[in-house]
Amino acid sequence: MNFWLLLVIKVVVILGVVLPAALVVIYIELKVPARMQSRIGPYFAGGKYGWAQPLADGLKFLQKEDLVPDAADSSVYKLAPYVVLMGTVGTFVIIPFGPDLVARDLDLGIFYLLAISSLSTLGVLMAGWSSGNKYSLIGGLRAAAQLIAYELPLVLAVVGVAIQAQTLSLNGIVDAQASWEWFGSSPEWLNIVPPYLILQIVGFVIFATASLAELSRIPFDMPIAESELTMGYLTEYSGLRFTMFFLGEYAGMVSLAAVASTLFLGGYWLPWVGDDVLNVLGPGVLLTKVLLLSFIFIWLRWTFPRLREDQLQTMAWKWLIPASLANILATGLLKVVF
Amino acid sequence: MTQLDPRVAMHLSDAAVSVELETPDMTLNIGPQHPSTHGVLRLVARVDGERVEAVEPVIGYMHRGYEKLAEVRTYAQTIALVNRIDWVSGFANEIPFVIAVEKLMDVEAPERAQYIRMILTEMARISSHLIFMSSYPLELGAATPLMHAFRERERILELIEGVTGGRFHPNFNRVGGVKPAAGGGSATKKLIQDLPAGFLQQARDAMDKVLTVCDDLDDLVTGNEVFQARTIGVGVVPRDKALEYGLSGPNLRASGVGFDLRKAEHILPYDGIDFEIPTGENGDCFDRYIVRLAEIRQAARIIQQAVDRIPSGPLQAKVPRVLKVPPGQAYVRAENPKGEMGYYIVSEGGRVPYRVKIRSASFSNLSILPWILENQLIPDLVAIMGSLDFVLGDVDR
Amino acid sequence: MANARPNTFPFRGLAKGLKVTLKTLFKRPVTVHYPLEKEVPVPRARGVIALDTEACTVCMLCARECPDWCIYIEGHKEMMPPAKEGGRARARATLDRFDIDYALCMYCGICVEVCPFDALFWSPDHEYSEYGIDGMLHDMDRLTDWLATVPEPPPLEA
Ligand code: SF4
Ligand code: SF4
Repeated sequence: MNFWLLLVIKVVVILGVVLPAALVVIYIELKVPARMQSRIGPYFAGGKYGWAQPLADGLKFLQKEDLVPDAADSSVYKLAPYVVLMGTVGTFVIIPFGPDLVARDLDLGIFYLLAISSLSTLGVLMAGWSSGNKYSLIGGLRAAAQLIAYELPLVLAVVGVAIQAQTLSLNGIVDAQASWEWFGSSPEWLNIVPPYLILQIVGFVIFATASLAELSRIPFDMPIAESELTMGYLTEYSGLRFTMFFLGEYAGMVSLAAVASTLFLGGYWLPWVGDDVLNVLGPGVLLTKVLLLSFIFIWLRWTFPRLREDQLQTMAWKWLIPASLANILATGLLKVVF
Repeated sequence: MTQLDPRVAMHLSDAAVSVELETPDMTLNIGPQHPSTHGVLRLVARVDGERVEAVEPVIGYMHRGYEKLAEVRTYAQTIALVNRIDWVSGFANEIPFVIAVEKLMDVEAPERAQYIRMILTEMARISSHLIFMSSYPLELGAATPLMHAFRERERILELIEGVTGGRFHPNFNRVGGVKPAAGGGSATKKLIQDLPAGFLQQARDAMDKVLTVCDDLDDLVTGNEVFQARTIGVGVVPRDKALEYGLSGPNLRASGVGFDLRKAEHILPYDGIDFEIPTGENGDCFDRYIVRLAEIRQAARIIQQAVDRIPSGPLQAKVPRVLKVPPGQAYVRAENPKGEMGYYIVSEGGRVPYRVKIRSASFSNLSILPWILENQLIPDLVAIMGSLDFVLGDVDR
Repeated sequence: MANARPNTFPFRGLAKGLKVTLKTLFKRPVTVHYPLEKEVPVPRARGVIALDTEACTVCMLCARECPDWCIYIEGHKEMMPPAKEGGRARARATLDRFDIDYALCMYCGICVEVCPFDALFWSPDHEYSEYGIDGMLHDMDRLTDWLATVPEPPPLEA
């Protein structure tokens, strides 16, 4: 097929998956915490259960004035939201939705993933710097500090998986999890649970914690911290650009949840099902896992207070990084021994 | 090229580095419109990165001139004003004022009225502390305790409204008792506005719910490691500093001073009631939080006892219909949810006070801010400010 | 004091918090769909003031006692035919204007309390928000209409 045609189709399909998924997550974020707080949550938009609330919010934001403060560095300020959104949507290029359903199966998939996901922090830093607002600046700097502290454990947690699977390609990792391998031997009865959740449980916990920090969600939402910095780097944004940030946040959540499910929960894979069926069911399976992880993220967010920036740094450098190094060591040793 | 002495060269390069890395102090204007200032407090903070070097609170954005207003209003009209001072515990604000006027006129409210005053004051205390229980975790980022606390607060407010007709601003106290009649007039002249039927039982039930939500809050907030990490050892006010700055109420008791006007002076019949004064040990944010939580439980205990032993009888002592207060002066203070609140009333006779001075708890509690916020981090600034639990209406009056 | 600080088990506090939120997730919400469902306010709630023009004698007490002077009253005397044949003609005060500015009113209830002729009543109705501030000035007719919403006084605790 024509290369460009294929490209366009892939882009459209990815956007067609990511953005609705983000909207669904936004809806969950509205409705579930409401019930956790004995509230009803949205109930007007779209008739039943307020299902159209995220869309209605989007429409509302579109009508708002797009403000650019006088003190802002206007070109950077205008660009920042798109950089954030790009970073998160870019991840989906390599996420496999089925054995053959992947936009591009890169051999160095994980590298690409980690590189492009830090791009969104760059956007955050741009937003914080260019807003010309002291709160935004502090927020942006916090985001940068957080990126440095949390990118490391994130990468190191993934290294364990890479050693285990002996590949850097995401499809390879899913295959490795599907091959029911347990350090060489394979007790088949165990394989109901996606294996890396068990084998790499330390890695999974570290990855989940680090991705919460990466997404700057409570308990690690210091870059936004509305009670301290009003809204952090988002303070000056309004209208469409704010929507982009908002969407970017949730698309980021979907993308990191998708990565986590691919790396640790077996991605699109289901036990006892052939490849042909997986090509059809795969996206559904993956999305279910993504929504499950998103629910956990949301649950955590609406239960916990936020840490302080220095406590976060302590946690990253003193606990998560040593733990992930130990995890790598243990994985390597076990791999060699068996 | 001249050869520099190596030591000088090192010194120079050092100097260059420190010139490059010099981060000038930034002045950060926190407020008057800021999510964590509980209204319109403005803090001018000199910050170095995230560290606050000095803070100057600027108040007065909420000044409504109540002391002046009281000089041109009758005593009855002033009661309607004073419950707006600390609007989250409206009923408790009326108590010291009416008792001061009663003192000047030398009347005493009948016992039933005093019990009603006590029950409603404690309800106001619970509702005020529940607001703290909701806003304080919110300031630290946890949004869910807010709705849990508000759910129960709503019950309390509904009870207050059922008795007084007002959720926030009851205007229920009258000189010599509580509001006696729904309206004057021929047909309903005898319609005494006593407690509505079922109130006592509803109060008992509500107290059970309040105690349950206290347990929920324990699980949700008190035991939470993140919350503890943010509050334990943060914003420590030692005992002597607390006394020096004139803190009062839970803020004082958190520093280990067990002073409570409910025990020290009996302007309401607290002497017949069995309750404790919770105190803290370290005077940090966590102590201030836990003292308030314990006070909710104690207030619930007080109400449970008071509804059991409330006597029947009249609601009003005999006072003239047109209130004329004899010349004199009186100062009456009471333990408000926020701390010590007092009114100093000077009367020259007649229907309006000559002068009213309001001693409000939040204003004095706030005076510690410049000392306590020095050299704190911005997140701690928010945590400390929230833990002092002030209301800007109470600060500016 | 109750609830001493250190947790016996690491992350026990976090887990307890998660349990509370999860438990609440499956409970019924306490809020209602406001415009569709409404909560009934308590009978004593001070929502809006209703005026009984028949009972009002234009004595101006309410307007005088109102702390922010938001009641506007005008009236005139009308001569009524004598009640008995041959008696003196009675003077009767009639209202020309009775407005309450709810944008100013602070719902203190003093006017209702001081009215000596039982002409003012509280009604718990509160749904009269307006788009403009001038709409908040309720005239005599509007105030009289509220009379229908005044509830019976609640029974009292013995
Ligand atoms: S309720 Fe108070 S403020 Fe309102 S009209 Fe009556 S007296 Fe005036
Ligand atoms: S106090 Fe009563 S009778 Fe007198 S003017 Fe007001 S409403 Fe009419």
